[in-house]
Parts: sequence; C-alpha cells; structure tokens
Amino acid sequence: MEQELKPELQIRKVKGPDGVEFEVEPLRDYYCEALPTVQHGAYIQIVEDFFNWARSHSLWILGFGTGCGAIEMRPLMTPRFDAYRYGIQWRPTPRQANLLVISGYLSVKTLKRAIRAYEQMQSPKYVVGLGSCTINGGMYWDSYNTIKRLDDYMPVDLYIVGCMPRPEALLAGFEDLKKLIRAGKAEGANQYAEKFDWYKSNQKRVIHDWDMPDYSW
Amino acid sequence: MRALHIRLQHLFPLGELTEQRPDLGFVTVPAAYLRPTLLHLRDREGYTHLVLLTAVDWLEEDLFQLTYLLSNRSTGCDIGLRVKFPRQAAHMESIHDLWPTAATYQRELREMFGIDFPGSPRLHEEFILEGWNDIPPYRRDFDTLKYARANYNDRPGRETHDPEQHMKQQLYPDGA
Amino acid sequence: MALYTPDRSQYPAKKADGTLDIDLASGKYLKLWQGPNHPGITGNMSVELTVCGDEVVEGKTHVGYLHRGFEKLMERRSFIQCFPIVCRICVPEPDFNEYCYAAAVEDLSGIQSPERANWMRALILEMGRINSYLMYLGGQAGALGLGVIGQWTTYARDLMLDRFEEMTGARIYHMFILPGGVRDGLPDGFDQRMEETLREIESTMKDVHDVMFHNAVFKKRTVGQGVIDPAWLDQYGVTGPNARAAGVAKDVRRDQPYLVYRELEFEPVIGHDSDIYTRSDVRRRDLLMSVDLIRQILAKMPRSGPLIADMPSMLHWKIPRGETYVRGECSRGEYGYYLVTDGSGFPRRVNVRGPSYTHAMALLERMIVNINISDVAALMVSLHTYPPEIER
Repeated sequence: MEQELKPELQIRKVKGPDGVEFEVEPLRDYYCEALPTVQHGAYIQIVEDFFNWARSHSLWILGFGTGCGAIEMRPLMTPRFDAYRYGIQWRPTPRQANLLVISGYLSVKTLKRAIRAYEQMQSPKYVVGLGSCTINGGMYWDSYNTIKRLDDYMPVDLYIVGCMPRPEALLAGFEDLKKLIRAGKAEGANQYAEKFDWYKSNQKRVIHDWDMPDYSW
Repeated sequence: MRALHIRLQHLFPLGELTEQRPDLGFVTVPAAYLRPTLLHLRDREGYTHLVLLTAVDWLEEDLFQLTYLLSNRSTGCDIGLRVKFPRQAAHMESIHDLWPTAATYQRELREMFGIDFPGSPRLHEEFILEGWNDIPPYRRDFDTLKYARANYNDRPGRETHDPEQHMKQQLYPDGA
Repeated sequence: MALYTPDRSQYPAKKADGTLDIDLASGKYLKLWQGPNHPGITGNMSVELTVCGDEVVEGKTHVGYLHRGFEKLMERRSFIQCFPIVCRICVPEPDFNEYCYAAAVEDLSGIQSPERANWMRALILEMGRINSYLMYLGGQAGALGLGVIGQWTTYARDLMLDRFEEMTGARIYHMFILPGGVRDGLPDGFDQRMEETLREIESTMKDVHDVMFHNAVFKKRTVGQGVIDPAWLDQYGVTGPNARAAGVAKDVRRDQPYLVYRELEFEPVIGHDSDIYTRSDVRRRDLLMSVDLIRQILAKMPRSGPLIADMPSMLHWKIPRGETYVRGECSRGEYGYYLVTDGSGFPRRVNVRGPSYTHAMALLERMIVNINISDVAALMVSLHTYPPEIER
C-alpha cells in the first residue's frame, strides 16, 4: 500500500528569504525521534500523591471538537455550568493541554488528526471518550467510516455515556476523572508507551494512508 | 409544470413527466440531450438555481441515475432531470462550466459512486474519504456492515435485535 | 454598492487548466492549514491556505472529518429506523433534518400530517433557528476577538434549550418530528415560560446589538470585507441569509411556503451591502423575526386535535416507488432532502442537500482569495457553515 506522497510532503529544496537554499523533509521530526517512554512515579508515595493532587486540579482540555459532542462543551465554558470553577479550561493547542476529550464518533480521517494531537500533548495526559459512539460505535455501529472502540487506538481513562451527554454529565465525568487521577489510576500515557506497538498496529490497520512519523512530540 | 413539459418536448426527446407535486416534476432525459436541456431551462425558462446533483444506483437494472434538480424562484417550481446510463465505466458530461458549484457535486459523485466527469476541476482529489481502498461506498453492492466488521473491532456484549422479532417477543409473548 | 476587486497582478499566474502556478520551492509561498484543530474554524473541517506574505492566494476546503455515511446507513434502515438518526446530521439545528425527512416520507406515502402537528413543527423549527443564530453570533464575534458576545448568546441559547427540554425531553437531539406528525403537544404553562425566554432573548439581543454592531473594531474589520456578488447567487447556489444580505429576498418560507407559513405575517429580512457586517445584521434581524414568529405561532396554533396521522404498521411499512424533494428554510439557507423509494421497506437513496455544501466549498474557495490570514476565520464564520451537513 505504498502511496505517492502529496507534493507538500515530499523532500524538497527550499530557498529561504535570505537566498540560502536548504533541504526540507516534511515528514521527519526535527525535534525528537524517540518513542514515548514510561514515566515512573516519584520515589516517595506521598510526593506522588501530591503531584497527582496538583494534576487533578488543572485539567486543561484541548479545544478540538472531533464530533457532535463538542456542542455541549460550549455551555460548559459559560457561567451557567462554568467548568472553570473546577480548574478546567480550554486551550487552543495540544502543547498546552493535558486532557483530550474525544467528543463523539471518530471518522478515520479525524482519528489520524486526533492521534497526532494526542501524541503532541505533554505527559501526564488523559483521554476522555464522550458519548456512546466512542464506546461501541453507538448509532454508527455499522458505518464504514467511524471507528467502533476508541480504546483500540488510544488509551482511554474514562468514558462518559449518553447521546449526547448533558453538561451535567460532563461535569460529573470530569470529577470522576479527578478521583482517578488522585488515586493514581489514570495511567493512560504510560499504557500507551508500554503497548506502543499494539496501538500503532491498530492505528495503521484503519488509517490506510499513513503519512506521518510514528510518534510526533 | 405540464405546460413546461410540453414546451420542452417540442425541443428535446424527453420521457414522461412524473408530477410528484404541483410544483415538482421529474422527467427523464437522454444523456446526449442533457446539456442543451439544462441550458434551455437555465437561460430561457428561468430555472437558474441548481439545487442538487446526485446519483441513484439501480443495481438490479444495472443503471446509474443522475438527478439534476433545478429551481425557478419566480414561479416556485422545481424540475428534476433524470439521466440513466450503464454502471460499467460510468461517465457523464461535466457541467461545471454552467454552474461552478457543480464541480463539488461531481467530486463527491466521483468518490462515492465512481462516476467519472471528464474535465471537472480537482475531480481526482480526495473529497470526503481518505485512503479508501474498497469500491466506492455509496454503490449498492458495497456492504457497509461487512466492511465495518472486517475493519473495526466490536466491543463484546453488544446485543442487536431484529425489531420485528423483538417486538413480537416483547409485546405478544404468546404469539398473538 | 462598492464591490471589492482584488488586485491580482503580483500573485501567481494561471496555468492553462485554470489552476494557479504555485511553486512551493520558490520560498515565496507558504502552505498553512487552518483546522481541523484550530480555534478559528467552524467545527471539524479545515482550509488549506497558500499564502504570500499574509495574503491568501489560494484556499482549498477540506471536509470529511465528520463523515459517517448517513446516506448509506439509511439505505439499510427501515423508514422508522431512519428517523432517530437523521437529526444527527446537523448538530446545532437538528430539527430541519427531522422535518425534511418526515415531509419527504409523507409526500411519497401520501400521509397528511394533522393541522396541529404542522403548527408544532413550525414552532420547533423557529426555536431551532433562534438557537442556531445565537450560536452564530457568538462565533462571529469570537472570530474577531469579542469573546463576551459568545458568553451572552450561549446563555440565551441555554434558556431556549430549556424550552426544548421541557417540550421534547432532550437538549440537542430532540427526535420530535416523526413521519406523520409530532410526538407530543405542549406542556402546561409552556406559553408563559416561552414568553419569558423570548423577552430575555430580546434583551440579550439588544445588548448584543449595542456591543457588537456598534463596536469600532468589529465594524472596521467587517464592513466591506467578504463581499458576495449578487451575480454569484445562482452560479454558486447561495441561499438563505447569505443571499438575503446581497439584496435578494430568497426565503423558502416566502417563495414556497411550507407548514403554516402561509398564515403567518412576515417579510424576509434583507440587507444590501453583502459584506460580513450585513450578513451578521441580517441574521440578527432574522432572529428577532423568529421571536415574532414564535409569538404568532403560539397565539394562532390550535390547542386540541390529533398530533399524529393514522400510520401504517411501522414494521411492515412499505412505500411505493417514487422520488421527491422537499425543502425548508433553515438558518443557513435551503435545506432539502431528496428521497427515492423502490417499493421496499427501506429508502433506496436519500440525499441531503445542506446549504453549507455550496457555501463552504465552491463559494468559500472563491471568496478566500486575496484576504488577510487573520480575516479567514471571520469570513468562514460569516458564511455560517456547519461541516456535518457537507459530508453527512
């Protein structure tokens, strides 16, 4: 299944504004080519508990509306439901976020972007699957273009059921996630590093034109 | 609607008019006469708005049907032109020069049905799907359930019921 | 009306086949992806921009991130099984899918929905329109940095969602308009609570008008920006507020009245300058018109009578061979369903004609050329596109 790369992804010579020519390889990760590693907890349990407590109080959500569930995120940002009072806020870039909310079904095309966004987030990071279509396909159980189980492709810490879940359910879900984090049970990022090959093989099975590095920091 | 059909029949070898509503009719056009009919409707009869362009797959008859739906705002009438042609090596004349927006529809039909529109801009770029490796998915012989079963893992424990059987068991357990 | 004619002299030449001759290796151009994970994009879609300096020379819309294959899924569901999934095609205004699907099925099977159900349908469609416009106004202001408008309009939308909730039991996906009629009547005391909500929305809209439409920055960045030439309307299939802001009173509610719109008094809202500012203003005034329409509907609708027609057995419901097209005027423009049946218990083909299909693809690609990168978000939002109805 070798496909020819799109023109902007091919290795090419580029002339900068200062007249110097240099070669650009768009698919190469210039910053780090290392695969993810398991991050061990602190040496003393009480320090790790303290870290987890601190982590649980700053859930920064990546503002990536992958599906229809994203529409209930907007009321959460406004005074009526006001998720900010729980230390939850939305960030525009994966570099600043530590919680990826998969808001509903993922089509194969979005899955590719969601994986990239997830890998670009800094550890410790968490994934919440929102809506029944992330759990078993939901309404789209027989669709040819949506994945059925999100946890085949990325480590999910928590699912919030419903189609679609109400804002109150989201708030309750985030509170549950905080409990998991405080108990040290939200180890999705480490799980991803441990079973990296398994996740990658699953991802490559459905994403047919794989034109990105295996792991993007 | 009927008067329009009679006027058109003087000019083009059209099929019978199916009058679905007083303001909506469908008529079959031979593929060779599609373009003049569209031009005539657009420039002489005031059907200037291309509402949609879509395809229907008549697998049993081995035909593709393209429907060009045009609308005339001043009379509030719509006419749908049906064009039928064989499914093998399906291709049709592009109308992107009559309505620039038709290029989008033709890109979708190319991807979802595999109907070729030679000359339409950006026709071979991926539109909706990415890395698709099966037959075009909107064709009738594509089985979406089979594809989903083969490619995605189901979570165990999911139960599905045939609605008819399920309701019989739930509502009429004694077989009434 | 002063049309903006871009100066293309310093931009790439056209090749013989009409595409631009863009040489990425020259270092003059840069590819920039706006979306899908980007705050300045309407939902989950993306625009591939080729920029020269900070001006866009070419834009290509990429959709398909939300494709679920509805048209295929509906071919293997019976007519009543299609009803709960159609609303999922368009998230912020799902009721139009339910209405258009129900109307198409009724048209082909010869079922007449009762008078009272038609009033209920018109009521719920107008409520959905208000919701959609409120979201739009928040997004349009947000695209230009006026975050507070989004807070206010989301608050007003939440009030309307409460009315939806007491009427249908759900906030977003109502599944209320089913083939043959509607599911239920109005709850007790609904009129009074609705009136309170409408007053609250009107007062919010007054604030929005003062803060957004008189804001110097908003005016500076939107007046004269993103003009749709009225000659493009037919070429690009522009409908709805985008067409009305260009001075053409294209409104399905007036041109081909459906449901009960013959009995309501209204005039399509039109604007004349066809820029982003006018489009926002047309939508704001259309929202206030919907408020008025809801009042008229509540005053005139019958309070008793059947809500659903006599229906055949849902399990053995077969519709004879035929095809039809039904349309309605949703908040973005003409929403339509093309339904083909073949005499079996399943639809042969369903095609959803969402207004965004033409607005976000061909029209946006034409309009995006020669504008500044920072105005791309405002332009996209001003066309009021919802990606799920493009790719279904």
